[in-house]
Amino acid sequence: MTRATGPIALALLLALAGPLGAAPAPPGDARAYDTPDDQGGSITVEWRLSPDDAGTRLAGYEVHRAAGDTGRFQPVGQVPRGNTAYNDGEAADGIDYRYRVAAVDADGAASAPAEAGPARAREQWFKAGKANVLVATALFVAMVLVFLERARRGRLFIRRLAGLDAVEEAVGRATEMGRPILYCLGIGLLDYISTLAALNILGQVARKTAEYGTPLVVPTCEPIVHTVAREVVKESYAAKGRPDLFSDDMVYFVTSDQMGYAAALSGIMARERPATNLFMGYYAAEALVLAESGAATGAIQIAGTDQITQLPFFITACDFTLMGEELYAASAYLSQEPLLVGTIKAQDFGKVLIILLVAVGSLAALAFRSDVFSGWFGIK
Amino acid sequence: MKKNVPLAIVLVLGVLFAVQYFVPSRLSQRLYDTTLEWDIIISIPALAIAVDSLVRHHVVRIRQRRKGWGYSWVYLGAAAVMTAIGFSGGISEGGLFMNLFTFALAPMQSTMFAILAFYMTSAAYRAFRARSPEATVLLLSAFVVMLGLIPVGAALWRGLPGLSEWMMQVPNMASKRGITFGIGLGSAATILKIILGLERSWLGGSE
Repeated sequence: MTRATGPIALALLLALAGPLGAAPAPPGDARAYDTPDDQGGSITVEWRLSPDDAGTRLAGYEVHRAAGDTGRFQPVGQVPRGNTAYNDGEAADGIDYRYRVAAVDADGAASAPAEAGPARAREQWFKAGKANVLVATALFVAMVLVFLERARRGRLFIRRLAGLDAVEEAVGRATEMGRPILYCLGIGLLDYISTLAALNILGQVARKTAEYGTPLVVPTCEPIVHTVAREVVKESYAAKGRPDLFSDDMVYFVTSDQMGYAAALSGIMARERPATNLFMGYYAAEALVLAESGAATGAIQIAGTDQITQLPFFITACDFTLMGEELYAASAYLSQEPLLVGTIKAQDFGKVLIILLVAVGSLAALAFRSDVFSGWFGIK
Repeated sequence: MKKNVPLAIVLVLGVLFAVQYFVPSRLSQRLYDTTLEWDIIISIPALAIAVDSLVRHHVVRIRQRRKGWGYSWVYLGAAAVMTAIGFSGGISEGGLFMNLFTFALAPMQSTMFAILAFYMTSAAYRAFRARSPEATVLLLSAFVVMLGLIPVGAALWRGLPGLSEWMMQVPNMASKRGITFGIGLGSAATILKIILGLERSWLGGSE
């Protein structure tokens, strides 16, 4: 090596080593704002990914926070690479905070920070993001009230539901055969809407069994549902003037265990041979075990659930299946009370409205590539 | 009075929690959290009532010598043994209680779950009998979807996996969404009926 080439080689080495040891490129366009729709105490910081984020070099982003104009920046959190937001859940309401976001590599070298703020956390009193739900709810409530008024004036027509027409027939069959009716409420808790619907139907079925003097068996899977179910049956028998036919043994708790419940009910079906099995409410994997065990005994089976994944099993193994909304309409249908029927009409008009919205939205999206509808319904 | 008080409670709390859903403030959140705690408190006496009902049911079965009454002895014996072990030895990991749970109860649960495979076969046999035009469509669709998901399907015809995917994502998804819309409206209508006191079957009816 000559005297002249020595410094050139050194300069080349430094030039090559420079980018390897340099800090990562900073993230861009940082902004901080009060987290929407929350109870306060939270600020959201967002940024654009660092150009180095695409490779494997970057470890993540470090967020620092300073209170007021003169406060010192302190680290508040880190997020792995690929993230463009951090939620600072420890901000005090009413104080201005400034933020700095830096990209950090695996060796701990940090980029120049991107600055954001000031931002102030506030307690909110309305979830603006749920405005669409509020509008839809208000519209639906208005429709229900309109149809209730119409129901008060005269009788409303609703289409026949074969599964519910069969309930009467199934009760009659059990009465003739002198065998019990098995009513299963599923494995849902009391706060599941399908469980509430199942309890409503149980009330109607219990009235019919009270009227005909048919034995009713209701094994339950959840303690609170059990307590309510017992009261429903008891009150239904009292309402039909047959409290003497009710016994505590009609409604009994079995177990909270899903498969234990399925095993117990399969045993009851095999031993007591009910003439009719009614499966209403929330079901999961045990649906097929129950429906197939019942089918093997030759009982008439009517099922109803809002669990889409279990519907095919019920359709296959049961004589009649109430799908989704039919389960909710069942109580009104069985009682034929005009006011309850009015709510079914409101449901139907709600569906018409949804179909129209879907059609208009699809056409708008096709014709104008519009994202108005997707934005309104929160579709990404 | 017996029915008006529960109806009034349901109306007030129903409206209150409908409003709570739209209000994110601390007060609203505290109200929601407190109610969840009440829910736990209510569930404890409900559990006692449920266990009492179960024991009574089996005692009655044994007394009346109903069909399969011997199994009631098995239940009462197992419940008594597990309760005694739980109270005397605790329920910590590695103890007798947990060992019984892990090596006796869990395998029994798994066995019940495994039976599903056999039930699925018999259900599939019933579903795929082409006895009506609808059942024939179901049979053909299932055939295409299943064939499209396995390598043999692609070997038979390159377009089969795509057709299978299309059937799942378009006609199948469309019908699922239709059902989901109905469920959403039905849920709202059911809640409204209960809150407004129109639906009283859960109270034993309106008479």
